[in-house]
Amino acid sequence: MMMADSGSNEEVAVIVNTDITSTESENNLINTMVERGTALLRKMEINVAEAEKRTGKNTVNMQETYTVYLIEIRPAETVPEGGTPATPDTLWRRYSEFELLRTYLLVTYPYIIIPPLPEKRAEFVWHKLAADNLDPDFVERRRVGLENFLLRVASHPVLSNDKIFFLFLTEEKGWREAVLETGFQDKVDSRLKSLSAMFRVKNPDKRFTALKHYSDELNTVISQLLRVRAKVADRLYGVYKVHGNYGRVFSEWSAIEKEMGDGLQSAGHHMDTYAASIDDILEEEEHYADQLKEYLFYTDAVRSVCRKHELIQYELEMVAQDLVHKKQQKEELATGTVRIFSLKGMTSKLFGQESQEQRESRLAALEQSIQEGEETLKEKNTECGEFVQTAWEDIERFKEQKDKDLREALISYAIMQISMCKKGIQVWSNAKECFNKI
Amino acid sequence: MSVGTPRGLASSGQKPIAEILHPLSSAAEPLSVSVTVNLGGDKTTRVEFDLPEYCVRRRYQDFDWLRIKLEDSQPTHLIPPLPEKFVMKGVVDRFSEEFVETRMKALDKFLKRIADHPVLSFNPHLNSFLTAKDLNKRQGLALLTKVGESVKYVAGGYKLRARPAEFCAMGEYLDTFNQKLGTIDRIAQRILKEQSEYLTELREYGTVYSSWVGLEDELRRPLEGVAGCVTTCCGALEDLGENMSQDFLPVLREYVLYVESMKNVLRKRDQSQAEYEARLEAAILRKQEDRTPMPVEVEKCQDKVECFNADLKADWERWQSNKRQDFKQLLTGMADKNINHYEKCQAAWESLITLLQDKQTEDKSSETN
Repeated sequence: MMMADSGSNEEVAVIVNTDITSTESENNLINTMVERGTALLRKMEINVAEAEKRTGKNTVNMQETYTVYLIEIRPAETVPEGGTPATPDTLWRRYSEFELLRTYLLVTYPYIIIPPLPEKRAEFVWHKLAADNLDPDFVERRRVGLENFLLRVASHPVLSNDKIFFLFLTEEKGWREAVLETGFQDKVDSRLKSLSAMFRVKNPDKRFTALKHYSDELNTVISQLLRVRAKVADRLYGVYKVHGNYGRVFSEWSAIEKEMGDGLQSAGHHMDTYAASIDDILEEEEHYADQLKEYLFYTDAVRSVCRKHELIQYELEMVAQDLVHKKQQKEELATGTVRIFSLKGMTSKLFGQESQEQRESRLAALEQSIQEGEETLKEKNTECGEFVQTAWEDIERFKEQKDKDLREALISYAIMQISMCKKGIQVWSNAKECFNKI
Repeated sequence: MSVGTPRGLASSGQKPIAEILHPLSSAAEPLSVSVTVNLGGDKTTRVEFDLPEYCVRRRYQDFDWLRIKLEDSQPTHLIPPLPEKFVMKGVVDRFSEEFVETRMKALDKFLKRIADHPVLSFNPHLNSFLTAKDLNKRQGLALLTKVGESVKYVAGGYKLRARPAEFCAMGEYLDTFNQKLGTIDRIAQRILKEQSEYLTELREYGTVYSSWVGLEDELRRPLEGVAGCVTTCCGALEDLGENMSQDFLPVLREYVLYVESMKNVLRKRDQSQAEYEARLEAAILRKQEDRTPMPVEVEKCQDKVECFNADLKADWERWQSNKRQDFKQLLTGMADKNINHYEKCQAAWESLITLLQDKQTEDKSSETN
């Protein structure tokens, strides 16, 4: 790329990689994920290669049009010199199947921050055109997003070992049945409960509280950012396009001029080029928006891990509380003192003491209950402890990933801006040359 | 506040006159400028000037006086236009820095164009304007004269036999050119408006990045960096907009006035031709009737027309040439400002990348250690 000669002969600091395109930047991201080297990714290369429109009958026997995506699996071994790469195994999947996979993962690994899917419908749109689900640009970006999702899962130390995920990539036909057979649907209800329930935890874990707070704030700020970015893009589009009018008027003006004509005419062409250049520039920026969106959706996943922890914590507290209550009841029963109001106690007081037998049988029942309670408490404690441990492992991993990815995203955004500036300088320099000739 | 450095303007071998305009005013009185006349070097060729240097105070109405005087005394020549006399009080702040600056540049140009003109620069009214301590102008009379002239134009129901083709062409050119100037003005204004709206959104955009900073640790620096770059770009955009409205648009608008002046001269030429043709016709009829010779007035009229045509053609060429230079300067200037804008933005983003990539190599090396 030629830089406009500003007339200075000073040495310019060498900038590494500013000519990198967004595709290259995206590949960097993929390479990073592959580098993480899960067993799965050591075995296979995963691509979502194509998208196709299909029509078929849906569950209520009505015709519908939908898009399917082609998943390609290749063995990860290097191709020998002069050899042809192995033909990939392929299968087709709909978006709804991706959704099913994700729900399964959410329920099965509640302590893991499950990677998000690309958006179902286009949001934060800067140009009315791109709001249509069947719009080829949207489908293309979705294809990229789905590939990204699969790679995220495949590079995750825990998720990559999941059998159902493996089948998703390899078994086109029997996959749906296999998922349903896991019985994960039963857990879906409790999952929903945890996400929507309103309960108060007595001793909230400070780390999780902080994390939920951070996640909510991040969600807010990224939403804002995406919204404003869309407005900025809209305005910038307007600025560039109006310059196209210069092209027309210079051309008309050149018709009445003698010496000035050529210069004006060619300058006009450059103005047209300038106006047209904004389309590609903004298309590339969508990639940045997609990277932000991924983390926007990630905040939902983080939030649900926090909520799941709250639920477990709450259940633990309930069990503990219940046990304390029972122990107190036992004590009262044993010593005859009534400290806690109980209906049985009250009625005994009012209507006369119960018999010794009754008391002993009640005590026995309570003892049993207390023993069971202690078992449950131990289990719950273990469950909670394991959850916290595994969750925090994943959270630390996620934080590192987030910092790295967003940093890369910001760098690639800066690179895009530089590219836009260079193009601008080029066009105006060309126009200036033409103006100099008038 | 001065408008550019004093430059001697050589004009077809005449001695240069340089003017520097300074604003001298308090808020209480309207704008008054200081005109400095500097006769470069050998002043013997400009004997009408006694001193090598003059510095006088002038108000807008003095410039107007000069213009009217020149139009009256040199009716066959194109007098450069003045910036608009009346500005709506509510719309434009007549004491704002930008307005004053813009007006001064236009007045400076006005004087330079006259000084540059081989005939106008010798006009005695110009001499008075540049040297006299107090302009003894009879405002009322000047006003009347101007009114008188315009009445003449309006009332003159003159019919031309045949306007020479070259003057027709000039008229057509001016009409089309005027149209194009108007279009360019509208486009430039539209761009300003779009840029201003873009700037508003861009500022908010930067603010959001700044608010994100507070949430993060590792990402703090990159986010601050991005916010900083966006702010820099906002500043650069502001400068670009200022430039367009203060330098580009006023010059464009002044050319519309220049076109009007030119059209006026063409009309005056038409009128003098019409007058001549009328007299000629009358004289011919009388000749046929009683064989009187062609009256001297008719011949004088014919001379007048021919002089006018010659002056006009010369002025037209000069005008075309000036117009070419002026627009070349204007348009390359516009291109330059846009290039500057992008250069500033690019520099900001590049320094961010260096900053971030340095940190990356820092991190990587600390990881491997």
